[in-house]
Amino acid sequence: MRYFPHTEEDIGRMLETIGAGSIDALFSGIPPDCRSDGAMHLAEPLCEWDLDRTMSDLAKENAVWPDLRLFVGAGRYSHQIPAVVPALATRSEFLTAYTPYQPEISQGTLQAIYEYQTLAARLMGVDVVTASHYDGATALAESLLMAIRKTGKSRVVVSRAIHPHFRQVIRTYLKPTGYPVTEAGFTNEGITDLSGIDLTDAAALAVQSPNFFGCIEPLSRFATAAHDAGALLVASFTEALSLGILKSPGSQGADIVAGEGQSFGLPMGFGGPGLGMLGARQDLVRTLPGRLIGKTKDRNGKPGFVLTLATREQHIRREKATSNICSNNGHCALTAAIYLASVGSAGLRSLARTNHNKAAYLAASLETIGMPRRFSAPFFNEFVIQAPPAFASIRQDLLQKGFLAGLPIERHYPELKNHYLFCATETLSRWDMDQLIAEVRP
Amino acid sequence: MKNETATSGLSLNEPLLWERGRKGRCGVDLPGDDVPQSPLPEEVRASGPPDIPDLAEIDVVRHYTRLSTWNFGVDTGMYPLGSCTMKYNPKTNERQAGLAGFCNAHPLLPENLSQGALRLMAKLQTDLCEITGMDAASLQPAAGAHGELAGMLILHAYFAGKGKQRHKIIIPDTAHGTNPASAALCGFRPVAVPSGPDGILLAETVRDVMDEDTAGIMLTNPNTLGLFEAHIPEISRIVHEKGGLVYADGANLNALMGIVRMGCIGVDVMHLNLHKTFSTPHGGGGPGAGPVLVKKFLDPFLPVPRVIRNDDGSLALSEDFPFSIGRLVGFFGHFLVWVRAYSYIRSLGPEGLKRASQLAVLNANYIRARLKDTYHLPYETPCLHECVFSDKDLTPYKVSTLDVAKRLMDHGFHPPTIYFPLVVHGSLMIEPTETESKEEIDRFVDAMINIAAEAKSNPDLLHAAPCRTRVTRLDEVEAARRPCLVG
Amino acid sequence: MKDISELRFPDTVHYATDHEWAKREADQAIVGISDYAQDQLGDVVYVELPKVGARFEKGDVFGTVESVKAVSELFSPLSGEVVAVNTTLENTPDLVNSDPYGEGWMMRIRCSQPAQFEEMMTSDAYLAMLKG
Repeated sequence: MRYFPHTEEDIGRMLETIGAGSIDALFSGIPPDCRSDGAMHLAEPLCEWDLDRTMSDLAKENAVWPDLRLFVGAGRYSHQIPAVVPALATRSEFLTAYTPYQPEISQGTLQAIYEYQTLAARLMGVDVVTASHYDGATALAESLLMAIRKTGKSRVVVSRAIHPHFRQVIRTYLKPTGYPVTEAGFTNEGITDLSGIDLTDAAALAVQSPNFFGCIEPLSRFATAAHDAGALLVASFTEALSLGILKSPGSQGADIVAGEGQSFGLPMGFGGPGLGMLGARQDLVRTLPGRLIGKTKDRNGKPGFVLTLATREQHIRREKATSNICSNNGHCALTAAIYLASVGSAGLRSLARTNHNKAAYLAASLETIGMPRRFSAPFFNEFVIQAPPAFASIRQDLLQKGFLAGLPIERHYPELKNHYLFCATETLSRWDMDQLIAEVRP
Repeated sequence: MKNETATSGLSLNEPLLWERGRKGRCGVDLPGDDVPQSPLPEEVRASGPPDIPDLAEIDVVRHYTRLSTWNFGVDTGMYPLGSCTMKYNPKTNERQAGLAGFCNAHPLLPENLSQGALRLMAKLQTDLCEITGMDAASLQPAAGAHGELAGMLILHAYFAGKGKQRHKIIIPDTAHGTNPASAALCGFRPVAVPSGPDGILLAETVRDVMDEDTAGIMLTNPNTLGLFEAHIPEISRIVHEKGGLVYADGANLNALMGIVRMGCIGVDVMHLNLHKTFSTPHGGGGPGAGPVLVKKFLDPFLPVPRVIRNDDGSLALSEDFPFSIGRLVGFFGHFLVWVRAYSYIRSLGPEGLKRASQLAVLNANYIRARLKDTYHLPYETPCLHECVFSDKDLTPYKVSTLDVAKRLMDHGFHPPTIYFPLVVHGSLMIEPTETESKEEIDRFVDAMINIAAEAKSNPDLLHAAPCRTRVTRLDEVEAARRPCLVG
Repeated sequence: MKDISELRFPDTVHYATDHEWAKREADQAIVGISDYAQDQLGDVVYVELPKVGARFEKGDVFGTVESVKAVSELFSPLSGEVVAVNTTLENTPDLVNSDPYGEGWMMRIRCSQPAQFEEMMTSDAYLAMLKG
């Protein structure tokens, strides 16, 4: 096996030094009744070229661009990834390093993630951002636990316009400790409806913008409502590119911002890994879960970076830690930073604008063939349309022709039968969209 | 010294990213709009472009290339971090994870268009069950600690289903550091118990604390001293007799592949770290993957969605499991990490995996044998994949574990895990893994012996270490007192 | 870490087994941690203190003190109500190291059971406890 450098002679000499007769003798501390009997029933090893064939056969069974044109986002977005991003991110000094506990030989990771924290804080409009979380859903769930710790209240109010999977994760995290979750509905415009919602004993109000329907939420109004009741506003997002053009959540009064950063240079990867982006106001820094990197100086006064405020974390505060997170998604944060550095300020805004233009064109085109938008609130690059019942079978036929035309959302919203969530990004051309319309046109 | 691994070379300085930018540059050529403009309403739009720098492509390349040279990775040199299993990360795994059919697959693809992804999930789950002797698995947890959380949620759901919740959980002092926090997230109160004089947990210790309000035990096996918890069959019996469950932290599975099956020695729930045992890269802190595995009676509690087999043999995803703890992540978990782990398992096969464990244990014992006369060895029990020394013999010279660790960098090695496990004062936890050669280990051992000699002859050299790195010791006190977390 | 002989234990304050000290001023007490406690912790980077008005029973946790890699809970040596906290520690937690019995004080409480002072140790008794 090419990963093992040992020769028989090496093994013999090492055993001699140890004073053991055989490798088996090294396992003498394991009682016989704990030993497994017989070999593991696994496939025989493949040489490198056979592995290539086996894996590419599996990969071929998934439909991807250019054979499939995606008109679906819903939490994972098809964006262009400049070649420079993976080329730099996969430099093995970044890729094969451990958590930077030894700062003197980890300055590369440390400075890069400090830069990520800075860029992310500016985009999200918050004072501090953690070194990353698993994904948007877990970052949001931990934000609510954070709000509960901070306010001393136990109930949270969660908008139904938040991604359904995110709401499932919130329920999973809050269930064992019994913190109640109240759901707020949505209006005919497609934004969160707080009428009839009592925030007085709530630790937090959680809203996503753009929300699951693609609509942009009036966060300032919700910040006022939450703060008047002594609750924190937690703002989420699934489409990070929207931060390139929309007012930032923090600037509108969100106390904690927790979202998904996959759009920043990460492949869709069948849903993972992504990037949990989590940030907050300065006074919440000690309740943040996960790692933080800070700037300091070495003994010679030279600037450098270290993991800091570690006393919040599991390995020091143990059962009283702000979270149990240890491994995070640091490499995904590094990738996002490289992406942002490449696209830059003007590029990000322009790309965000392009995404909106494409989606607006697609929405207008669908309307001309009898599939109008369901909601009137402004949207970014996703929107919900109402379709005639016959569209369900047309959509199945379109799969054979290489179009994934929208996502039916009735499963999560029974009241939205025959409604589909569509998405358009810069990866779709006008021709792609016109083709789709031509296929669907009665 | 001859044959030194580390030397000094040209290392380029590099400013912060935003000190490189120039308005008007852009590192990508943006696609023009082929559709009409449709401005967003002013009330939702930011007044100006975001406050991030503008760089040309060459600026970005130079910046990150230089930063990368300030980092030490497994590809750079030996990384003997105890309980972290920093083995070599095979390049072919990266090739497989980069296949367009994996990378560009949308998670909401219809099932008939994502059979490849679902088959890989099903196969990896089956393989992990075979390796561990468990009956069912979920790949969902995003990291080891997330796998522990999944396990604790399963315990919580199990007792909820029994109609009587339990509130305590036993955690020995040699368990992984994340365990108490994972238990606390589910409302369990950790009950700390000491290991015995040989560094392993004694059955009577568990018998003394196990009661009807204790959900079970969280055991790291082999533990963080690198020792096999030999009394686990009896400990499991004691826990089970009182209606509790046994959770195993599988972070150290690299010692046991093909040698011990956790499912056959009384373990009910466990997690694995694919970024340790199964060679996926750590990426400077993540992403990892921490699949959770259970015995049959706990199968109904696994997270959803789950991969199921249709009557025609095709695969599908289902959320139709009423007792499930629910969803743990936004989609299914760290799929591209699974691709790498699956590639690894297929490359090694059953004999190769067992060989990996055997050689990992050989390497650790070799280090232990070569260093035991130079550094204090707190436990005489034979070790498995890692060995733990302490700085006890160095204290007369006012030299600590931290000094030894910092000096190792000057010799060209990443330090071991230090000050953990807590049961050993000033511990140095060394895990070489199977992918280090005898020569490399000999160089490491020589460096350690050298450092011990330096501690006696010139302790100030150690206090000042590292001196060959780009930066010297950093002021962590100032960093924590006056945090500067953004630039 | 220093040798016990290098540390100061003034006899103007009372000591608790958890290494807090209390200085009596009529029915009130000023509370902090001992020179031994700060030396064990190393460089203090953060002190979390209660709100004025909070009430504690003897032995309750009234805050935490942190060094770079350790967290210790602070136990109230007396029962009572917090009437003041040392807000200067927010920005200069190092005062706990440099002047534990003076500028590094932590809180002032109005004692509900002044008799509890009698249950605390004199500096000689505390020193004897440290020496084991």
